[in-house]
Amino acid sequence: MSKPTSQKAKVHCIVNGEPAILWAYPMERLLDVLRDQLQLTGTKEGCGEGECGACSVFINGQIVNSCLVPMAQVEGASIKTIEGVADADQLHAVQQAFIEYGGAQCGICTPGMVLAAVDLLERNPNPSETDIRTGLAGNLCRCTGYMKIFESVVHACGKQIDA
Amino acid sequence: MNFIGKSVPRKEGRKKVTGAALYVDDLTFPGMLHGATVRSTIARGRIKNISFEGDIPWEEFTIVTAKDTPGENYVALILNDQPYLASEDINHPEEPIVLLAHPDKYLLEEARRNVRIETEELPAIFSLEDSLARKEIVWGDDNVFKSFLVDKGNVDDVWGRADHIVEGEYHTGAQEQLYIENNGMVAIANPRDGVTVWGSMQCPYYVHKALVKLFAQPEDRVRVIQTETGGGFGGKEEYPSLIAGHAGLLALKSGKPVKIIYDRAEDMVATTKRHPSRTRHKTAVTRDGKLLAMEIVFVIDGGAYCTLSPVVLSRGTIHAAGPYSCPNVRIRSQAVATNVPPHGAFRGFGAPQSIFALERQMDRVAQAVGLTPEEFRRRNFVQEGQTTATSQVIREKVEMEALLDRALDLTDYRAKRERFAADNPSSRVKKGIGFASFMHGAGFTGSGEVYLASVVGAEATPEGRVRILAASTEIGQGTNTIFAQIAAEALGLDYDLIEVTQPDTGNVPNSGPTVASRTCMVVGKLVESAVLGLKQTLIATVHLKEGYTRSEFQRACAEYIKAHGPLKSYSKYQPPPNVFWDDEKYQGDAYGTYAWAVYVAEVTVDLLTYEAHVQDFVAVQEVGKVINPVLAAGQIEGGVAQAIGFTLFENVVWANGRMANNQMTNYIIPTPADIPPIRVYFEENPYAYGPAGAKGIGELPMDGAAPAILSAIENATGVRISHVPLMPEALMESLIC
Repeated sequence: MSKPTSQKAKVHCIVNGEPAILWAYPMERLLDVLRDQLQLTGTKEGCGEGECGACSVFINGQIVNSCLVPMAQVEGASIKTIEGVADADQLHAVQQAFIEYGGAQCGICTPGMVLAAVDLLERNPNPSETDIRTGLAGNLCRCTGYMKIFESVVHACGKQIDA
Repeated sequence: MNFIGKSVPRKEGRKKVTGAALYVDDLTFPGMLHGATVRSTIARGRIKNISFEGDIPWEEFTIVTAKDTPGENYVALILNDQPYLASEDINHPEEPIVLLAHPDKYLLEEARRNVRIETEELPAIFSLEDSLARKEIVWGDDNVFKSFLVDKGNVDDVWGRADHIVEGEYHTGAQEQLYIENNGMVAIANPRDGVTVWGSMQCPYYVHKALVKLFAQPEDRVRVIQTETGGGFGGKEEYPSLIAGHAGLLALKSGKPVKIIYDRAEDMVATTKRHPSRTRHKTAVTRDGKLLAMEIVFVIDGGAYCTLSPVVLSRGTIHAAGPYSCPNVRIRSQAVATNVPPHGAFRGFGAPQSIFALERQMDRVAQAVGLTPEEFRRRNFVQEGQTTATSQVIREKVEMEALLDRALDLTDYRAKRERFAADNPSSRVKKGIGFASFMHGAGFTGSGEVYLASVVGAEATPEGRVRILAASTEIGQGTNTIFAQIAAEALGLDYDLIEVTQPDTGNVPNSGPTVASRTCMVVGKLVESAVLGLKQTLIATVHLKEGYTRSEFQRACAEYIKAHGPLKSYSKYQPPPNVFWDDEKYQGDAYGTYAWAVYVAEVTVDLLTYEAHVQDFVAVQEVGKVINPVLAAGQIEGGVAQAIGFTLFENVVWANGRMANNQMTNYIIPTPADIPPIRVYFEENPYAYGPAGAKGIGELPMDGAAPAILSAIENATGVRISHVPLMPEALMESLIC
C-alpha cells in the first residue's frame, strides 16, 4: 500500500441499490473505500493481491476482487457487496445452505465465497461438481477443506430449482 | 431433548454468512491511529543507531522503542526470552525494533520505510543441523531450548539379537498457518485505567498474562477481548501477545486508540510457522515382524526464541512411537535455536512431524521383513492393557485393526494395489494407494491440565436463558455451537436458550488456552458440570423440580434471581482418577485419552510434469462420541486439506533466515480445484471423562495425510521419499537419479 499521489475526486456509483457519492483518490482501492467510508466491513482483505477472493464484490454484475480495483474504475458502476445479498431478513439460498451444511467455519472467507457461489448459480443454475470447483477456484478457504462448501452449493441450487 | 450427535446450525452462522460478524479490522474508534512495526534488516547482530529520515513529518508520529516499555520487556510465556522490542541484540531478521503510529495509514507506510536502523552484523545460523553442530552459539550455552528423554525397557540389549535392524532419517519443512484473517489488535491504554485490547486470538489469558508484565499493571487493569477470529490453527496461540503489547505501547504513549493490522506479507514473514524437524529412527524387529526396539532421535528448529518450543517438542516426542506396542523404546528429543523468526504452534503441535517420520519408517521396516504395510501394523498395534512409549497402560477399548479394515475396505485398497501394479508399467501416469495409522492425545500433556486448573462459569439470566462464561475462543472450529449443545443436553433445555459469551477477561474466568484439542473434551466437560451446578442450585433452593419444562426452568431462574440475586455456577478442572504422570522421567499417562485413526490416500504421479495429485482421501477415526457430525467432519476435512498442503504444496523458501515467498501468489495452499474428495468416517467409543463421551478432534487430521500420501507415491513410483513438502522438482530428481 503506497501513498496515493494525486488529489481526491468525487466518484458516483450505486452500492447495494443505493446511490452513493464517494470522495476518493483515483488509485485508492475499492476495498478500502467500501470498508472505511461506507462501513461495509463484510468485504474482507485476505491477501491484497487478488489471490484469495475474500474481498469479492460484484461490479455491474461481474464478480471481482475489490483489492485490485482502483476507485477510478467504478465511476457510474453498480456495486453489490455481501451486505446486499440477503433480501432484508430473508437470506439468499446460498447463505441459508452455508449455515445448514457447514459451509462457514471461521467466516472470514465466507462473504467472498458466498458471492462466488451466488455468481456461479446465476450463470449456471445446475452446476456439476467440476463446475462448482471451477466456479469457486478464485476463493481460498483454510478451514473447511472445501467439502462442506461444495455441499452447501449443491443444496443451494437444489433449493433454487425447487423454488 | 437430544442435542448430542445432531448437526444443529452454527450459533454465529447467520452473522458470518451476511458479513455482519465483526473481526478486529472491522473495529474503529474515534481518534484512532494506525500502528506499524519497524523490523530488523539483518538476522543477527547489534543495534548501533536508529535514525528517522526522509521527507516525513516525524513530529506528527508516535514513536516507541524498547526504552518506552513500562514493565518487563519480554513476552511472558515459558522462558520469557523474547523481547517486545529489541534494545541491543537482534536475533532474527524480523525482530521488532521501533513502533510508529499515525492517523494516516499511507503516510505511516512511507514513514516505516524511512526509519534507518544501523547495525553491526554477527554470524547467524539458519538450520537445525548448524545449530546442533554449534556452528555459532546463538542462544544460551548450547543452542538448546529443551531436551527430553523417554526410556522404556532397554533398547541397547536388543540390537544384538534382532533379526532385522532398519534405520532411516526423515525431514519436514516449515508450514505457514495461513488463516485467511491476518493478525491484528486494537488497544486503548492510559496510566489511570490500564490497558484494554481487542483482537484476533486463540488465548485471551495468554495475552492477559503477557500484558500484565509488559505494562506492570495489576491483573484487573488489563482487559483482553477476543473479536471474531478468522482462523488460528495455532498461529494465533502466542503471537497475538506480541501485537497486543505493541498496540498497547503505542496507545499508552499517544493517549489514543491504536490499531495494528498486519498485511499478508508481514503476517507471513514475521509470525510463527510449524517447526521444521529431523527424525532419525533405528528399529529392531523379529523375522515375523514383531517390534523389539525403537530408538528415535527427534529434533525441531525453534527459531530465535523459545516461545512454545518445549511443549511442541513434548507432544512430538510422546507421539513419536505411535499406536504400536514395543517393549523397548528410547526417544531423545531436542528443540534448538536458529536465527529465523520463532516457530510456534500449528495444528498437531509437533505430532505431525514425528508421526510422519514414524509412519514412513514403519513402511520401510515392513518391507525389510517382507510383510505388507498393513500386515506389519496389524502385528504391532497397541491393544487394551498394553503400554505406549511412556509406559501408559491403555485402559480403553482400542480397535486400530478394525479402523484399518474399514479404511482399506472403503477404499478398495487391496484390489487397487493389484490393479495399479498391473497397469502402471504401461502408463505415463502412475497410480498408487497408501495409508497411515496414528493416534493423537487430547488435552494438555501429562500434568498440564492440572497446572492449568481451568474454570468455566454458567450464569442464568432473569429471562431464564443460560450464559456460558468461558475463555475458550470460537475460531471457526465450533466452540459456541458445541458448548451450547453440551449445556442444552445437560439441562434438558432447548439449544436456543443457551448463549456463549464473547471471551473477555473482564467477564469470563480462565478456561485455559484454545489449543491442544482440549476445548470440546476438557472445557466442554466443565461447561457440562457448570450448568449442572445451576440446576442443582435451583433444585436445592426449591425453585425447580426434576422433570421441569422449558417455561418452568425460565420461571425458576426469574424467581431465584429476584429472591437471592445473581445465579452463577463455576466448575474447576478435576483430573480423571488413576492418572499418573512423571515429569522427570517422562513416563506415565501422557494424555487422559487418545483419538485413533487410519487415513488412506490415493494418488496419481504424472511422469511428464512430476506432479503428484491426491485423487481420493478416506479418513477413518475414533474420537469418542461425536457431538455435532457436520462440525466434526468439517474439522477432519479442513485438517486433511491443510495436511495435503503440508505434503505437496506448501514450501517455505528461506533466504538468510527470512521467508522469501511471503505471498499467497507463491506460497500455495490447496484451492477448490486442487482438493480431492475427502471422505470422513467416525467410530464412536464414548470416553467416560469427556462431555457426553466426546474426545478431542481438532489436531488429529493434521497427522496422517503426509505419510499416507508418500506411501501412495511410493506405491505408484517405487521411490521412497523421506521428506515433506515434496515438490515436483524433488520428485523428478528422485525418479531420474
